[in-house]
Amino acid sequence: MEKLIQQIKQGKVWPFAGGIHPPGQKSLSNANPITRLPLPDKLVVPLKQHIGANGQLIVEKGQTVLKGQALTKPVANWSVPVHAPTSGIITDICQMPSAHPSALPELSIIITPDGKDCWCELIPHVSFADLSHDELINIIHNSGISGMGGAGFPTYIKADSRKPIEFLIVNAVECEPYITADDVLMREHAAQIVSGIKIMQQLLCPTLTIIGIEDNKPEAIEAMKLAAKDDESIVVQTVPTVYPSGGERQLIQLLTDKEVPSGGIPADIGVLVHNVGTLYAIEQAVIEGKPLIERVVTVTGNTIHNAGNVWALLGSEIKHLLDCQGFSPVPQQRVVMGGPMMGFTLPTVRIGVIKTTNCILAPDHNELAEPGPEQACIRCSACADACPASLLPQQLQWFAKSKEYDKLKEYNLFDCIECGACAYVCPSEIPLVQYYRVAKVEIKEQQAEKVKAERAKERFELRKERLEREQEARQNRHKRKPAITKSADEKQKVADALARVKSSDEKSDNKSAVAAAIARAKAKKNSGELEPDNSEVAKERAARKEQARAYKAQKEAGSSTDETTEDKKSAVAAAIARAKAKKAAKADEATPSEKSPVDDKKAAVAAAIARAKAKKAAKVEEASATEQPPADDKKAAVAAAIARAKAKKAAKADEAKASLEVIAAAEPEQIQDSAPLSAEDKKKAAVAAAIVRAKAKKAAKADEAKASLEVTAAGEPEQIQDSAPLSAEDKKKAAVAAVAAAIARAKAKKAAKADEAKASLEVTAAGEPEQIQDSAPLSAEDKKKAAVAAAIARAKAKKAAKADEAKASLEVTAVGEPEQIQDSAPLSAEDKKKAAVAKAIARAKAKKTQQEGSDKS
Amino acid sequence: MKLTMASSPHNHSHKSLNKLMLTVIAACIPGFIAQVVFFGTGVIIQLVLALITVSVAEAAIMKMRKRPTFQTLKDGSAWLTAVLLALSIPPLAPWWIIVIGCLFSIIIVKQLYGGLGFNLFNPAMAAYVLLLISFPVQMTAWLPVTDLLGNPISLNQQLSVIFTDFTAAGFSVDQLRVGIDGMTMATPLDTVKTDIAHGLTVSESMQSPLFNEWVGKGWGWVNLGFLIGGLYLIKSKVINWHIPVSVIVTLAICSGIGYIASPGTEPGIVFHLFSGATMFAAFFIATDPVSATTTNKGRLIYGAIIGLLIYLIRTFGGFPDAVAFAVILLNMAVPLIDYYTQPRTYGHGVKK
Repeated sequence: MEKLIQQIKQGKVWPFAGGIHPPGQKSLSNANPITRLPLPDKLVVPLKQHIGANGQLIVEKGQTVLKGQALTKPVANWSVPVHAPTSGIITDICQMPSAHPSALPELSIIITPDGKDCWCELIPHVSFADLSHDELINIIHNSGISGMGGAGFPTYIKADSRKPIEFLIVNAVECEPYITADDVLMREHAAQIVSGIKIMQQLLCPTLTIIGIEDNKPEAIEAMKLAAKDDESIVVQTVPTVYPSGGERQLIQLLTDKEVPSGGIPADIGVLVHNVGTLYAIEQAVIEGKPLIERVVTVTGNTIHNAGNVWALLGSEIKHLLDCQGFSPVPQQRVVMGGPMMGFTLPTVRIGVIKTTNCILAPDHNELAEPGPEQACIRCSACADACPASLLPQQLQWFAKSKEYDKLKEYNLFDCIECGACAYVCPSEIPLVQYYRVAKVEIKEQQAEKVKAERAKERFELRKERLEREQEARQNRHKRKPAITKSADEKQKVADALARVKSSDEKSDNKSAVAAAIARAKAKKNSGELEPDNSEVAKERAARKEQARAYKAQKEAGSSTDETTEDKKSAVAAAIARAKAKKAAKADEATPSEKSPVDDKKAAVAAAIARAKAKKAAKVEEASATEQPPADDKKAAVAAAIARAKAKKAAKADEAKASLEVIAAAEPEQIQDSAPLSAEDKKKAAVAAAIVRAKAKKAAKADEAKASLEVTAAGEPEQIQDSAPLSAEDKKKAAVAAVAAAIARAKAKKAAKADEAKASLEVTAAGEPEQIQDSAPLSAEDKKKAAVAAAIARAKAKKAAKADEAKASLEVTAVGEPEQIQDSAPLSAEDKKKAAVAKAIARAKAKKTQQEGSDKS
Repeated sequence: MKLTMASSPHNHSHKSLNKLMLTVIAACIPGFIAQVVFFGTGVIIQLVLALITVSVAEAAIMKMRKRPTFQTLKDGSAWLTAVLLALSIPPLAPWWIIVIGCLFSIIIVKQLYGGLGFNLFNPAMAAYVLLLISFPVQMTAWLPVTDLLGNPISLNQQLSVIFTDFTAAGFSVDQLRVGIDGMTMATPLDTVKTDIAHGLTVSESMQSPLFNEWVGKGWGWVNLGFLIGGLYLIKSKVINWHIPVSVIVTLAICSGIGYIASPGTEPGIVFHLFSGATMFAAFFIATDPVSATTTNKGRLIYGAIIGLLIYLIRTFGGFPDAVAFAVILLNMAVPLIDYYTQPRTYGHGVKK
């Protein structure tokens, strides 16, 4: 380190690889002092004149601004403000072509100067040594200073380097031919530049500051040496004139023998490079308080009469500069912003000077020849000899032409600084830099594309994961919740319900039994009339077996429990309870729908029915049709059957919890509502329970069923209430209830088969109670109707089970049903209609819910 | 105002292919003059024949490929090939030798591979090898230097020999090659090789009138001419110094070692460097940019192996000279050498 500094102080430089010696042409413009241009008619100030985000606009159209007034304020990272270059009125804020090779429009503020050139209030800090680090950084930031050498990197970020800085390098090399802006600036403002260096030194505390100047600027070297002569820590280093020694990386190697690692920044190796123009701007900002509103621009070329350097306000149109210096264009005139090696041609002279505009070059065709046609590469590797980055431009060119992007990366394309040395020396006049630019853009696009694709993939996978997680969470929730509810209030409620049922006078209604019989008959019908499907039958069989099993359990329970009962209700209740217990035991989702037990007879009937069912299941499904147990206590039987059905459902699908909850929630209310009502409630309750259970099944299968379940759950209590005032006909209702239970079971089957069946299930579930209600006032014939309805429901269920698209068929059946009802029940014509209507409504609901369900899922 | 848009850089060194090729051709002049002086004006005839043949061949192929004919011819690469080949073959070789050679080099070696910049092999050397293998008699029928000729031959006679195989007087090339002493003359390299094979020492062999004190009469001057032209090429930055220096240094080292090991059978450094096509190869053949390596490190390796091969084939091989074989062999190794000699890019790896 010591040795290195010693060597540097002795004037040693370490030449970089390659480099070329294009004609300098500097004497065209460096002979005269910097002149100040008259105020232009119009200033076009782009919001973004540097690398990074543009500031936020804080002025508006029509506003009068003073010279130096901020037009934007920095917001995001790397954003620096722009200031009004003179006082005047903002006549427009619009998109204007930018000072960029693409000339893509950029939001610009158009100011019409008022000619007064009146400054806003400035806050100078003559003794900047008193300012804190942050204050200095803020001044530099708010003065809108960005690198003025070419790249336009925000200076405040560089000045606020977190990394320790060993060498502060002042880039006064100006290696591009023609440009003399820094040269004359140093000649005229060396003292200010040294002040700027001192501000930077205060901020960065470097060990040594090296000012690198090419040996073709002796006056500037003298001026800088003189200005810095008192300061031991500043070394003015003369470097040989080689293009591109002014490249940041090349200059670092030249002055310190260090290389910036590929992909790194100079600060990584403790070096920071600032352009002299930037340092002058820093001095102006801190000591004078003036924001960056003007810069030195070299206006040169053989078509310019009065080539030289000018102080140009940022935003002055190039046309203004050319006109002021005298410009006589040649045919196919090129106007280059920047130097001949790295500058870019402008599409129009109506573009404003920006912070990085160091030169306007308007050459004729003799001094800068038009490029000739591209010829074959002869692999002479003159390009490699010229490359300051030690790349193999010739190889890169082959790969760029054949779009071998991997090879390009392997050959370090991205270390190319696009200095143009290779293209300059190429005897075949191959526009090498152009090939590299295109290749770089293509590679970047490809990478962006890749990143995008990867992100999309990631998003997709995250979504999948999330959906899975949600589903699992849902399942877990459902598993947990019923367990809790069951244990506490559910049991309580069930007990209450049982008590209520018992207390209510027992009405022996054969209806329920009849209903059960009908249900069975229907079952047969289904299997026979409506598309006999084996899988369906198998399901049914399985369901019945389950039932039988449940019944067995019930029987056991019945034998063990109620002593007192002249009525077997309690026994039934117990059986039900046990069935539930089983359910719970099997799958955690024990459904609490215990309103069933009615009179003793009923219980007996229930048992009988259950047994009968078991038999049926064992033998042939359709065999049991004839079985018609005693009328009175059929309700109870039905209820029991329902209970069992529930048990099965629960046993089968674990996911039932969700629906169970719903049911659990819905039932107590139902029970309560029905409690004050007489005997019929029981039936209703049973119906409701059946419905609920059906829902449970549905839920068990497809999670999306919940929505629809709620719908039905919500609908039921009301239905029950509606039917409550009716007394005598309850029996019929009971029958209906049985039917409902049957339907429910059928639904369960459906659910078991096709997940999508839920929707249809709901339809039936929802539709039936209404039917029941409607039919309640009617006498004996209702039973038949109910049976019919149940049959229809089952038929629907099957359909649903078969085809996933059940809905369509459901509608069909739904449409068909009213007629069936009419056929089977010639009595009470109106009810049929009502029933039909109800069904239609139900179907509509079903569809809706189905839709909702699918939406959710 | 309509402005012209262009991609940077906007300046150019004004180097061009045409200039490059013409500079190389110009650099051949000293060697060419030496050849004319010592081996007769037949060289000029061969050169004219070669230039015509390559121009016709290149133009025809360009027509077939529907490429700009004049533009391509103008780059001068075909002419350079013609010059190199004309300087390589015996001045009195029959006309069809040079024609076949030129057609082969332009059509097969260059254009069938895709034209300038795409040829794997040095066209002139590939053609030379083809001719040497196919027509060994004609290709080795070098006349002795003119002042050793028994009967000096005029331009007319040379024309006649080239186009009819006989002079107007009915002499064949073989007869013309008979020296003053009535002995058939071979090239110095040939002579030394044959003599050594016959058990003579080098110094005994060099007693032959073919030789002056160090090298073959005439050949030393020809090599000197090419050395001068080559130095001019390096100075004008048309070629890099790496390949010629590497070739010459390696050949010098090898022949030096050989001389130290066996002074009796080894002709020594000067003889090797100034005999046959050594200088011509080092500066004009091995440096052909298209078929040579493109990295500086690679050039050193490439040149060194060529130098080594020249020495080995001259000393142990069956052919009197070895330049064409050495260059063609190394042309094949170029992609490999290029791959393994890439320079360290700025900012990559550890700086020494």
